[in-house]
Amino acid sequence: MRPLLAALALMAIMTGAAPLGAIGVDVPLADPVLEHRARTVHKLLRCLVCQNQSIDDSNADLARDLRQIVRERIQAGDSDQEAIAFVVARYGDWVLLDPPFKATTWALWLGPPVVLLLAGLGVGIYLRRRRPLVPPSPLSAAEAARLKRIVGAGRHPP
Amino acid sequence: MHLRFVLPLVAFVLLAGALGVGLTLDPRIIPSAMKGKSVPDFALPPVAGRTLGLASTDLRDGEATVVNVFASWCVPCRVEHPLLVQLARQGIAVHGLNYKDAPERASNWLDTLGDPFRRTGADLDGRVSIDWGVYGVPETFVVSGEGTIVEKHVGPLSPEDIAGKIVPALERARR
Repeated sequence: MRPLLAALALMAIMTGAAPLGAIGVDVPLADPVLEHRARTVHKLLRCLVCQNQSIDDSNADLARDLRQIVRERIQAGDSDQEAIAFVVARYGDWVLLDPPFKATTWALWLGPPVVLLLAGLGVGIYLRRRRPLVPPSPLSAAEAARLKRIVGAGRHPP
Repeated sequence: MHLRFVLPLVAFVLLAGALGVGLTLDPRIIPSAMKGKSVPDFALPPVAGRTLGLASTDLRDGEATVVNVFASWCVPCRVEHPLLVQLARQGIAVHGLNYKDAPERASNWLDTLGDPFRRTGADLDGRVSIDWGVYGVPETFVVSGEGTIVEKHVGPLSPEDIAGKIVPALERARR
């Protein structure tokens, strides 16, 4: 009897029979348009716990709370930008997966192109300088003789 | 032509230096957006069995305070707890923000480990903590008498953190 009950319980769990309104379960907004907007905002916000996931992807507790907060803001009539600003006010630009271009992020945005530019410049200068540095060396007497043998003296253009 | 050898060397030293500094930084420490801002408006009930809850008005009564975010399920909180008890014994106003905790477990924690907190707010759903920019427990804030967040520490406090970060921040807050 026991194994049967256990198997039934396992089946219930595996078929996703989660109790309604349980803690830890996202409650989507009733309006599909608003829910879609909330999901779009979720994808722009970085999870503070997992760091390289958006809160839309993350299973962290805090990410779920933030998802719910974004839904509430949007339900309450916030624009997407206002909902994002609400989270940024508390956690800073760090939570934005697409950080804004401003004084504190110049190095972040300009660093890679500047490094690429410098490296390209360096390689260019190196290649330009290298060519005249390696003039073709004149043939040695033995090489000249061998070349003559292979090509044949008579077939040289005059 | 010395430049040919000096330039790559300089570039290497700069890069190694930058990467070396990067290695010493903890990526889990997120720069605080709340530092310098006023504490959010909130009013929390006390944890079970206590009488004094925590509200933003309690943090604007002129005295510089330390606010510690803790939970009974948080192991590092247990490590830093004796340091908070010590701080409170020195006469520093320490308040507790109890993050997503079962009420009876929170009071049990304070009963068994010692209660360093003048006031303890029970943040059952964690919403007030989110207003504070909290993203994990423990976190510790230093708040000026006017209610401005002067300093924030993420993770468990060590004696060095108390001496090098919290106490100097309290002095700044009192100025």
